[in-house]
Amino acid sequence: MKLSAMDVEYAAGLARLEITDQEKEIFARQLNEVLLYIGSLNELDTQGVVPAAHPGGLTNVFREDEVRESLNTQEALTNAPDTRGDFFRVPKIID
Amino acid sequence: MELHSLTIHELQDMIRAGGTTATRITEAVFQRIGAVEPKVHAYIRLMKEEALAQAALADEDIKRGDIKPLTGIGVALKDLLCTRGVPTTCGSRMLQNYISPYDATVVEKLAAAGAIFIGKTNTDEFAMGSSTETSCFGPTRNPWDTDRIPGGSSGGSAAAVAADECIAAVGSDTGGSIRQPASLCGVIGFKPTYGLVSRFGLVAFASSLDQIGPLTKDVEDAAIMMNVLAGYDPRDATCVATQIPDYRKFLGRDISGWLVGIPKEYFAEGTDREVLDAVEKAVQSVEKCGARITEISLPHTKYCVAVYCIIAPAEASSNLARMDGIRYGLRAKEARDLAEVYTKSRTDGFGAEVKRRIIIGAYSLSAGYRDAYYGKASQVRTLISRDFDEAFRECDIILTPTTPTPAFKIGEKVENPLQMYLSDMFTISANLSGIPAISIPCGYTHAGLPVGVQFLAGRFEEARLLQFAAAFEKSAAVEKRRPVV
Amino acid sequence: MDFETVIGLEVHAQLLTCTKIFCGCSTAFGRPPNSLTCPVCLALPGALPVLNRKAVEFAMKMALATGCRINEQNVFARKNYFYPDLPKGYQISQDTLPLAEGGHILIEVQDGNTKIGIERIHMEEDAGKLIHDEANRASYVDLNRAGVPLIEIVSKPDLRSPAAAVHYLKSLHEILVYLEICDGNMEEGSFRCDANVSLRPRGQSTLGRRTELKNLNSFRHVQRALEYEVTRQRRLLEKGLEVEQETRLWDEAQGMTMSMRSKGEARDYRYFPEPDLVPVVIDEAWVAKVRADLPELPQARRERFVSAYGIPAYDAGVLTSDRRLADYYEDVVRLCDRPKIAANWVMGDVMRLLNEDRRGAHDCPVMPESLAEMILLIEEGVVSGKMAKEIIEQMYRTGRPPAQIIAEKGMVQITDEGELDATIAAVLEANPRQLAEYRGGRDKLFGYFVGQVMKLTGGKANPKLVNDLLKKALHHD
Repeated sequence: MKLSAMDVEYAAGLARLEITDQEKEIFARQLNEVLLYIGSLNELDTQGVVPAAHPGGLTNVFREDEVRESLNTQEALTNAPDTRGDFFRVPKIID
Repeated sequence: MELHSLTIHELQDMIRAGGTTATRITEAVFQRIGAVEPKVHAYIRLMKEEALAQAALADEDIKRGDIKPLTGIGVALKDLLCTRGVPTTCGSRMLQNYISPYDATVVEKLAAAGAIFIGKTNTDEFAMGSSTETSCFGPTRNPWDTDRIPGGSSGGSAAAVAADECIAAVGSDTGGSIRQPASLCGVIGFKPTYGLVSRFGLVAFASSLDQIGPLTKDVEDAAIMMNVLAGYDPRDATCVATQIPDYRKFLGRDISGWLVGIPKEYFAEGTDREVLDAVEKAVQSVEKCGARITEISLPHTKYCVAVYCIIAPAEASSNLARMDGIRYGLRAKEARDLAEVYTKSRTDGFGAEVKRRIIIGAYSLSAGYRDAYYGKASQVRTLISRDFDEAFRECDIILTPTTPTPAFKIGEKVENPLQMYLSDMFTISANLSGIPAISIPCGYTHAGLPVGVQFLAGRFEEARLLQFAAAFEKSAAVEKRRPVV
Repeated sequence: MDFETVIGLEVHAQLLTCTKIFCGCSTAFGRPPNSLTCPVCLALPGALPVLNRKAVEFAMKMALATGCRINEQNVFARKNYFYPDLPKGYQISQDTLPLAEGGHILIEVQDGNTKIGIERIHMEEDAGKLIHDEANRASYVDLNRAGVPLIEIVSKPDLRSPAAAVHYLKSLHEILVYLEICDGNMEEGSFRCDANVSLRPRGQSTLGRRTELKNLNSFRHVQRALEYEVTRQRRLLEKGLEVEQETRLWDEAQGMTMSMRSKGEARDYRYFPEPDLVPVVIDEAWVAKVRADLPELPQARRERFVSAYGIPAYDAGVLTSDRRLADYYEDVVRLCDRPKIAANWVMGDVMRLLNEDRRGAHDCPVMPESLAEMILLIEEGVVSGKMAKEIIEQMYRTGRPPAQIIAEKGMVQITDEGELDATIAAVLEANPRQLAEYRGGRDKLFGYFVGQVMKLTGGKANPKLVNDLLKKALHHD
């Protein structure tokens, strides 16, 4: 599989990144080298192999339904670049 | 010897004997920083005022006879660990001004053990790199040769320990980010079993691979640090509730009769001759301890980097989605609508390597490719883990080089991401399979650059791993050189 | 052409846990914005989720109540997309290994019961809330709701009419509320529904092109929006046009569904297993434990009320409409063993008093013991039905048992024959004309005499005894 500049643009779009045409070309070239390398995985027959999402092997880790103290609104908003009153603010959503 | 160049246990002995104070140690460390930091640039932020205040309190404790495992010890924290009240930047423009309202669990534990925080160390941006060159604050330099990289991503922590700009440091390891810089800077780097140390408060790079661990000047210090760092945390669902032994008790015990596996795949072509020579000497030192050597095979070794190149970016692309300029972080001023808040803030906030990994991560999870990339990689990950399960059925320890080369030049691999990823080729397998691993100095190149050897053990076998490493350290008696900065 | 309507519903129900699904913040509604947040639900760097055990158990209850098969291996997955109400940039949900699959519920339609299949039930977290400020071209983000536990219940496309869809929705709602795992409040958004609608020529087995309807905030909206959409699609198809696969918003004010402009980019959620959480393994023992805790469900309970208590289906329906009311009723029946009389009292005075105060049966001041006692007192003739009405009012206001109220108010029925005979004699003596007319054949005047006796005794005379004694008195003389 070869990654085109368009694939790079699509993936960047999914990740909400803007890339210049020049970057598109560079990234496509660099990522293709990586993908070519990754392609070696196809030599392996992995039929029936359970994928590992985790090296842990743990299961059933829970917390009990007990209320813990929240941050106060001030603390919650303190790092925000734009707020209004007790809210985070963003420009109007345009679809 | 000056105070800043001593180990944790040496300083603790002095403190107990009334031979020094926390304040004197802290002052010595900052004096050293004043002298070498302009050349090394190990730190993003120094915490001198806070540290001296902590030291004064520690001295009161000492007077009362209340001496905890790290009382008076200056510890450096990778700037990927959240610290209340001090910026946590992750080496990124995105979080340049971010101040966490909470401390990471390990930061709490270190503080409770009496540690004095010297500062936040430099890191590749969001830990994505093997050279500490992708930090938005500029590269850290290797104290052994300041034209060279210190390794990464915990390069700031490794350089700080090597240059005596702290007594010990904490880093994080996703594909070798503790062990590789430790090896290139001539210090000890320890990556614990996945789940032994809480990740709560470690800014995530790849959640299923990340693990926090210490960088120290000797094995005993690594054991002391692990005694503090390890242990259950209800705030991290992947953290195991297991009894933590006193790792220090295992040091000095005999390792004769242990079986040490040498995986042939780790000695294939491509590794630097001088590295191989140093590792060969390490094997001899191990034999001198009475351990037996056997060649083994880890057949899926050559796929480790490929698997890592899919899984780590896939998780990272998702982990970094929260950096959107809404609740914290950089918000592009020129953003006029919501779409632009996202794209412009993220585009301005992230550097090239982070973007590259986010893009490949998003791509490998996207519709039509997920099974071929992420799915396949997750399956091969299982095979890689099985290799180790198999090997540890026989072997007590596996021995490999830590890195294929000594420290390379600054700028040498920046334009060649694949070559950069390959510098982690020997360390990645421990992250994929979750097993503990340590890098320990085993010699020098002719040019005087340090070389490290890596020991790996079975899951949750850190006590035996440290026991083995301590025995090796004693037997090898690698010449103690200090870098001249 | 004759078209068949095909509807599938996706229901989101907020679970009634005290805390969020992955952190210890409270799930309380209506608190000041961003006051119920912490590093985890704000998605601050370094924060990690830990699963709320109760959320899993609540979700299991719904799965069992709808006959689903619970998967032993449960895995959470990240659903990646950007939106300001989604702080992490992904929603923790479930993808290929959901909690439960393959269930169904029965709904009553004109021609009997129909099985509506449930495709799957999975657990996920709710998003925050956005408030749009048109004037200032800004939106405000409140993350109090972010991380509140949800289950999504996805039906099979088994619904064949808007009415059936609403029926199904009401049944789900009833079960959720009965299980006490969701408050079912549609206005506050704790019970939400999206609908997939398509038409196909009758007899065709493949599905037609569908639209997804959103913004359905009440049962009425669901019904109206579906009716509108079915008509809209039929008109398109009849004209030979195609239905566009899209999401449409219901506009209640205008009474129509409107296309949401399709977003520039296709949805590509990039699901992958959530590495910060470990799998949930639900073994048979756990399932059995949750099953044992399951209350009897409304449908089964209705049927049992009819068969075991012999009350009409309508009454059974009313009494089981609320689990606590049904519990209350059963408590009363258990104590007095008079199911029909108890049903009348509960559905009559008790429900009226509760409704007046918008109170639930679980905090009804009239204890089941008290109501049962009163029912028996009526039967024993100690109090009359009329007195009982007043007594129950008093029991409700004061919470006291009937005997106490009766004693305090001197409300005990007069059952002393001598006393009543004397009263009757007095009545007859005072009404010689009526007495003569009665004896002359005007039987209807019997009631007049009863009324006079009751009047003189302040309503306390035992009516049955008055009847007997009065008859004797009228016929003897």
